[in-house]
Amino acid sequence: MTPQAKHLEVILDTHVESVNLAEEMCLRVAEAVGFSEDECYRIGMSVREGVINAFHYGNQEKPDKKIHLAVDLTKETMTIHVMDEGKGFRLEDVPDPLAEENLLSTSGRGIFLMRTFMDQFNVVPGRTGGAEIIMVKKIPPSSNGNHGSPESNATPKQEA
Amino acid sequence: MASLFATCREVGSDNGSVAIVDLSGRISLGEGSALLRKTVRDLLDAGQTRILLNLGDVNYIDSSGIGELVSGFTAVRNRSGELKLLNLTKKVNDLLQLTKLFTVFDVYSDEGTAIRSFR
Repeated sequence: MTPQAKHLEVILDTHVESVNLAEEMCLRVAEAVGFSEDECYRIGMSVREGVINAFHYGNQEKPDKKIHLAVDLTKETMTIHVMDEGKGFRLEDVPDPLAEENLLSTSGRGIFLMRTFMDQFNVVPGRTGGAEIIMVKKIPPSSNGNHGSPESNATPKQEA
Repeated sequence: MASLFATCREVGSDNGSVAIVDLSGRISLGEGSALLRKTVRDLLDAGQTRILLNLGDVNYIDSSGIGELVSGFTAVRNRSGELKLLNLTKKVNDLLQLTKLFTVFDVYSDEGTAIRSFR
């Protein structure tokens, strides 16, 4: 990790309220870094969708499982990791929500939104045994180095 | 984060009454989605199958909220009714465009026009 890099990690309960908590936490970081209001909205939505995915599909809403959220900041990027304790999944197995036959599906749009709103998106096997969603947003050049807020300096693991 | 609020009113039209649901806040996982689901189901249970959702004060929808809109649309259609949308904010409009749901929902920006469009 470079001297300017920062790391924030929290462990969240498998609970609906964790979705709001994760969104709020990442929004505060994104705002402190200097992302525009529109970009903050996209980042917040992506975090929300990532944690919903972990809550619902990964951990299957089981309260004994945890959701692991981590944010890595460098001068150039904000990288968000969402890990669950489920069985994992392959991106190629996720149905395309824009396909005609899926338009009236009541679920399955979260991955699409994350892919659309972030600069990079991937799903890999996570160290927690389930899936790890990795999302990257490039930090606007004018905001580089603005990592000094209390929120983005937080480093310890916190149990929510 | 603000939750969702919903108030229902009924207006007459040439073809019968239309239930207009004025929504404000967030339609997202949890209370927001649940309230929307309950509101639409209550209207259907009361025999109302012509529903106009006014989203003018809805500033946020996530995938769960989108799913609930689709679920309501399907439930109403299964009863041979119509569920339409009124007054989309830019964020909601953009999301419906992105997800191609603009091709599914009838969307209006004028309440009178929306009411007259019901069969």
